[in-house]
Amino acid sequence: MTTVLEALNQALHTAMQADERIYMLGEDLLDPYGGAFKVTRGLSSQFPDRVLTSPISEAGIVGAAGGMALRGLRPVVEIMFGDFTTLIADQLINSLTKFRWMYNDQVEVPLVVRTPMGGRRGYGPTHSQTLEKHFLGTPGLRVLAPCALGDPGKLLAQAIQEDHQPVLFIENKLLYLKKVNDPAILDDFTLTEISTAGSYAPSYRLPLHGAPPPQLTIACYGYMAGLALEAARRLAYEKEIFCELIVPTQLAPFELDPVVESAGRTGRLLAVEEGAAALGWGAEVIARTAEETGGSLKACRRLAAADLPVPASMPMENEILPDVNAIMQSAESMV
Amino acid sequence: MLYQIRRFEETVLGEFSSGVFSGTTHTYLGQEANAVGVLSNLNEGDIVFSNHRCHGHFLAYGGDMQALFAEMMGKPSGVGGGRGGSQHIHWKNFYSNGIQGSIAPVGVGAALAEKYQGSGAVTVIFLGDGTLGAGVLYEALNLASLWHAPVLFVLENNRIAQTTPLEMAVAGGIAERFRAFDIPTEELDSSDVLEILPAAQTAIAAVRKDQKPKALVLHTHRFGPHSKGDDTRPEEVVAEIKQQRDPVRIHAARLDGPARKKIESQVDGQTAAAFEAARQAPAYNGKGKV
Repeated sequence: MTTVLEALNQALHTAMQADERIYMLGEDLLDPYGGAFKVTRGLSSQFPDRVLTSPISEAGIVGAAGGMALRGLRPVVEIMFGDFTTLIADQLINSLTKFRWMYNDQVEVPLVVRTPMGGRRGYGPTHSQTLEKHFLGTPGLRVLAPCALGDPGKLLAQAIQEDHQPVLFIENKLLYLKKVNDPAILDDFTLTEISTAGSYAPSYRLPLHGAPPPQLTIACYGYMAGLALEAARRLAYEKEIFCELIVPTQLAPFELDPVVESAGRTGRLLAVEEGAAALGWGAEVIARTAEETGGSLKACRRLAAADLPVPASMPMENEILPDVNAIMQSAESMV
Repeated sequence: MLYQIRRFEETVLGEFSSGVFSGTTHTYLGQEANAVGVLSNLNEGDIVFSNHRCHGHFLAYGGDMQALFAEMMGKPSGVGGGRGGSQHIHWKNFYSNGIQGSIAPVGVGAALAEKYQGSGAVTVIFLGDGTLGAGVLYEALNLASLWHAPVLFVLENNRIAQTTPLEMAVAGGIAERFRAFDIPTEELDSSDVLEILPAAQTAIAAVRKDQKPKALVLHTHRFGPHSKGDDTRPEEVVAEIKQQRDPVRIHAARLDGPARKKIESQVDGQTAAAFEAARQAPAYNGKGKV
């Protein structure tokens, strides 16, 4: 069975094979090291002229990749840790996402910035964060987050080969070794892919099969989807609380319909994310769903990390990041 | 062309108080010889990245006065349909943005893309002395040198960043900053287009031939305010600069009186007509694509 890491690595190989316009930029990409998390392993051996290993210049390489994209190439940048995306914020927000619109639709910037995000490895305050919320809502920026469902490799390949705008591709570190569509995890669920209007990035709906109608919708993405599936399974077996998951792979622009449809049926919405709680993704999901459902929700709640830096100490980190138990407790409190 | 840029910018500053333009502007008065001297050497397909002070670069590149006036008026007939305004211009292979230094790595990437695709194009990136304070510039210089980007960096040192004089903002040398990255650098302290032109010609030819970056540091002077009415320099200092370093006057002195008058009246007429046409063009009516 393929892991998410293998799926992403294979997608990069296949894409670079298929399209000579694809260039890879990032720090420490060269084999045998092949990138800090090995997503780019093998690329520099197979495509030595199109893999540019770079100095520690996150803003510089994202800017350079943007210039390449502006002039006909399809570059992909790896930012070694998601925490370092703060360093590329100016390039993305003030330049690359603006060019198409501010130059009156005369240019395109087909650029993918991939980055490993998230905690639970004890890396501490500057190597464990979930920072994508700071980029959500930037006009002209598509933010994607694969999960261990569906086809994460295809999602990456489409972002690289088909998109016309900058994409920030958020890869949770703990996803890398997860198996894609692992039957041991999906056994109790029915997985349905829902296509997104105007995008290639799907959402997934996962009700429990053979269960009574769900009482609660859990919206989540990335690695949290796996934790939420485990929580939903245990809630069903241990508490007779039945949940349905909605898992988008596109965080921005946000695809509301699957959440609204599900929460409209269940009447309850729990939004779960690994980033810090305040003013985050969940807040937008709940606000938008509330607007659309016209006050018919019986309960809604956010579950996210505490509004603190991520500690290095594993027990402390476990305490501030949402886990399976926290999801179960939040769900229980709503029904 | 020198006089056309001069008249364009004088019209901009002169008409700003009438309310016809919105937002802000940064005029190129006094630096005209740099844009003309450098960009006269470009081939079709070469690329220009510019900055907030981009009007002179745009016009010397071949941009249309009426389209730039209209852009600054927020009109749909503007070069960017009114979306970008004074600092955010794109036409053909010309790009500008208003964030100091952030366009430098973009220009390096564009140059690399042209090199990888074998177009033979050279990319010119205009920078100012104020931009020397921005860290990302040094990332761009490093990448350009490491990856052999066919770029000419043109640093226009007008010796003042908004209101901050060079000596309060730039420690050490300017050319040395480029040379530290192994980028061959020439310096020129001139407002004479006939001195700048051959220097730029040599540099651009070398970039094209060697497929590696070069830099040209042009020491110059800004006649006008940074933006509008924010010049903190004493009037007599600015008057002295205008007296000694006027690129238009230096070059015009090569013409006899009637020939000069003919060009002046021609350009005056063209500039006035472009301004008037832009002013008459329909305003955004709320029905286009915002």
